[in-house]
Amino acid sequence: MGFFLETLFGGLMVGMLYALVALGFVLIFKASGVFNFAQGAMVLFAALAMARLAEWLPKWLGFESLILANVLAFIGAALCMVVVAWLVEHLALRRLVNQEGITLLMATLGIANVLDGAGQLIFGSSTYKIDIGMPKDPMFVLDSVFQGGLLLNREDLYAALAAATLVALLTLFFQKTRTGRALRAVADDHQAAQSIGIPLSRIWVVVWSIGGIVALVAGVIWGSKLGVQYSISLVALKAFPVVILGGLTSVPGAILGGLVIGAGEKLSEIYLGPLLGGGIEAWFAYVLALAVLLVRPQGLFGDKIIDRV
Amino acid sequence: MFYRENGQFKSSYRADLALFPVAQDRWAMLALAVVAFVVLPLVASDYSFRAVLIPFLILALAAVGLNILVGYCGQISLGTGAFMAVGAYAAYNLQVRFDGMPLLLAIIGGGLAATLVGVLFGIPSLRIRGLYLAVATLAAQFFVDWMTIRVPAVTNHSSSGSVSINTLHILGVDFESPVRKYLLCLTLVALFALLARNLVRGAIGREWMAIRDMDVAAAVIGIRPVYAKLTAFAVSSFIVGVAGALWGFVHLGAWEPAAFGIDKSLQLLFMVIIGGLGSIAGSFFGAAFIVLLPLLLNYVPHWLGLPISTATASHLEHMIFGALIVFFLIVEPHGLARLWATGRQKLRLWPFPH
Amino acid sequence: MKENRMKLSTLARTAALAVAACSGLVGTSLAQAQAAEQFIPLLVYRTGQFAPLGIPWADGKQDYLKLVNARDGGVNGVKLTYEECETAYDAAKGVECYERLKSKGSGASGFDTQSTGITFAVTDKAFVDKIPVETPGYGLSQSSDGSVFEWNFPLLGTYWTAADVMMQDIAKKEKGNLKGKKIALVYHDSPYGKEPIPLLQKRAAAQGFELTLLPVTPPGVEQKSTWLQIRQQRPDYVLFWSAGVMTPAGIREAQATGFPREKIYAIWWAGSDHDVKDIGEGAKGYNAITLHNSAASDKVQDDLKKFVYDKNQGTGPATGIGTLAHTRGMMISMLQVEAIRAAQEKFGKGKSLTPEQVKWGYENLNLTAERLKALGFGEIMRPVKTTCSNHMGDDWARIVQWDGAKWKINSDWYQSDKSFIDPLVKEYAAKYATEKNIKPRSC
Repeated sequence: MGFFLETLFGGLMVGMLYALVALGFVLIFKASGVFNFAQGAMVLFAALAMARLAEWLPKWLGFESLILANVLAFIGAALCMVVVAWLVEHLALRRLVNQEGITLLMATLGIANVLDGAGQLIFGSSTYKIDIGMPKDPMFVLDSVFQGGLLLNREDLYAALAAATLVALLTLFFQKTRTGRALRAVADDHQAAQSIGIPLSRIWVVVWSIGGIVALVAGVIWGSKLGVQYSISLVALKAFPVVILGGLTSVPGAILGGLVIGAGEKLSEIYLGPLLGGGIEAWFAYVLALAVLLVRPQGLFGDKIIDRV
Repeated sequence: MFYRENGQFKSSYRADLALFPVAQDRWAMLALAVVAFVVLPLVASDYSFRAVLIPFLILALAAVGLNILVGYCGQISLGTGAFMAVGAYAAYNLQVRFDGMPLLLAIIGGGLAATLVGVLFGIPSLRIRGLYLAVATLAAQFFVDWMTIRVPAVTNHSSSGSVSINTLHILGVDFESPVRKYLLCLTLVALFALLARNLVRGAIGREWMAIRDMDVAAAVIGIRPVYAKLTAFAVSSFIVGVAGALWGFVHLGAWEPAAFGIDKSLQLLFMVIIGGLGSIAGSFFGAAFIVLLPLLLNYVPHWLGLPISTATASHLEHMIFGALIVFFLIVEPHGLARLWATGRQKLRLWPFPH
Repeated sequence: MKENRMKLSTLARTAALAVAACSGLVGTSLAQAQAAEQFIPLLVYRTGQFAPLGIPWADGKQDYLKLVNARDGGVNGVKLTYEECETAYDAAKGVECYERLKSKGSGASGFDTQSTGITFAVTDKAFVDKIPVETPGYGLSQSSDGSVFEWNFPLLGTYWTAADVMMQDIAKKEKGNLKGKKIALVYHDSPYGKEPIPLLQKRAAAQGFELTLLPVTPPGVEQKSTWLQIRQQRPDYVLFWSAGVMTPAGIREAQATGFPREKIYAIWWAGSDHDVKDIGEGAKGYNAITLHNSAASDKVQDDLKKFVYDKNQGTGPATGIGTLAHTRGMMISMLQVEAIRAAQEKFGKGKSLTPEQVKWGYENLNLTAERLKALGFGEIMRPVKTTCSNHMGDDWARIVQWDGAKWKINSDWYQSDKSFIDPLVKEYAAKYATEKNIKPRSC
């Protein structure tokens, strides 16, 4: 029983980390109708920027404090992502305004290639460290109830809290602020939003910047866990089923989807995996998402698909 | 001037329905066939066969298959690598488990196995649409990836998980030299492309296009979505499976499961989009673009004499590739096939303005 | 109208590009070598999942060739030319690099593909093209049987010898008795990771320990379930067959689940500096096996500094000299160069050699202790002798341990137990021969 709970907790935590990456997808899809295949590359680019700036800034500016380096690097990386967002909107999105979904998808794949190459060209393709002081050692709780205690990963817990805070902030942003309302209007109908005077290109830069900063947070957390290297962009592949399960347009859906996928993945790997030879994590999340889609084709919280003939 | 259709009158329905109604087109295709079948085998180097022409042909075939699914039927699929893998491994198993299995039969068998898997994973398309389907097909991709590693029967209980092919021969003639491999691929690809072209011109092709354009309206006028979508998956998977078998047998010779991963699926999707959705010729253009571009980008530093490290060259290649994709999508979202069609339109009038 | 014209000019540009591409490829002629030169292709991966390993490896390979040219003027006056080709660990790219570089110069002297997957794809072709494929420390373990694998050279050690040595060290720790112990193999779910399984199963049957197999889906960024399973099963030791980002991910997950790092034994590709230096203290106690003694430094590194890096000709950063992966790269290049030298003894000193002649050199390597000392590898390698039937030479290994800041050599020299290795090699080589219709040579 204890081990089951450990697995469950572990899965839920990892699910939050997936949800963090999935958030970027949902935000960008919600506001610009583009399924951003480049989200993984953005996570990589942001993480590389953070890791390298934290390394370079102390050298360039001549100080020693790790905290200051991290803070400055974060700001620097966020600025990088805003620049990336601006470039993407200016050079690509603006000229692809009314294209079909699949064309936009392919365009984001192209952008992913550019970001991958640019990130590694500017920052390097080796492994780099992000040290934000996350605790690495295991924590054991509920000693009294379970012998030896339940294993809880403190780093994951903090990451999950960070993700939850981010979600809360974003939900507030969308619901309460003027820009948030404008974003929702654009997501609803580009042309109508334009006709009432909402500046589309500026909104898109804002959205992609926010997506970029969400990618930065995800990159920092994953980078702190694993080290920053090209493979981090493949975390996005894990986030796809989360987005699909939760619905492409729902922020709480991304969180719930993440929790379901994370827990499902770990539980299935540990309890079902040995029966099938192991390694089923790779496809279980997708098959789970597929199964849910067969019942609800728009995902758990997505907008219902309405066909107009 | 050269492309005027003046004086070309059709005197029978059969002539009217010909694949290439314009005589100049027929001459051009004949010339292309002569170049492909006769001239290239005589002049092209071994390297260009092995590294350029054979991969181009096989990937073009796979792109034709994918185009049928995505371009003609509108079902976005990201699991093409998996279907290629099924084709390759099925063909391998047929060859290895049945003594004396002819090569062509093994390849066709691979295609048929891929058809079964394709139809199976096509069933969700009856309920799920658009981008959701794209991600659902990734389930196929990862599941097949896992199966090829985990299920020993797939690799004929190979301890390392890699498989390799014996020498290729058909009816006693061995097909090991690059020229012969090229001719084998060329024949098969030409055959299947012709088949595909005729399929999409026919009733089933029109059903696919109706589903693509507006599936609810198509259902209203009596086109059965189940039949149309599943046949699209079936035909597409068959062609992709044959391409996969060719990729493994002819191009790689020995492969591990990673050879048919998600990168391959994305590469094929690129080819189809760049080449042009809904166009068989477009698949060829797209394949040529995607195969040639990295090679060209590899050579450019050499030609310019710039001493850049392989890592930098590789990164630049990625960036230029991505940038070109975006550029093409902006300039001509309907792909190279549309450029070609526009060119032909202009040629019909040239040198007159109208 | 304007739009159409733009499209037409784009069309014209595309057509011109295509014509240029095709004309460049039809009948490529390659410049023949003039003054005696020996061409060595360098297949590398400086990008992709395994870049952190590939970069120092590639740097080491190239650095040694530069050293030989600078310090010795080449091999008996024959200058070494080389060209890097990026594979990103992808089999298709590896094949393309192989095809492009195999006939350069007087022929490629040998292919170190740096990947088990690419080795598979290239082995069949090398057989036809008659080019040696050297796979020191990786590749097909059964290819040490030279009578079947005429063109493959898994020099210095294979995954079977590595797994064997690891088990020997574990047995030593357990005072020789492994009965009832639990050994878990956490491996990269690919042919690379699966290689040691036959040997471990054989040893498990003979020595009575329980072997659990835990595959990790590549690229292995997320290993929580694997290490939770380890927490549940509590194996006594974990053998770690990973590469690239899977390694630090695994070590960090081991730390997070509280599995003692001293009980982890990593294969040589998972035991390099870049894998552990960012984790620092968290990886303290992590054991790795080295190919011969690639953790050591000797005169060759000093020579490299003097003749190459001090003249700003170094391939990578100077801090890379002496790191495990870099030294291994140098070892691999050294074997290539010595093979060329041995071949020149037979076929003519100062001449450019064909790949077939270099293959003879690989088969007749005799690196004695004095020779290794003279080359500057005395501390790093032990004597190696290859024959027609033994393409691996003599495998030696040591166990090193990370102490939080650097690798410390933790054991004496080990050699694999041939009573386990030899029958397995024979069995698998024979299977390969029947599958591929190869008649084994008489050696």
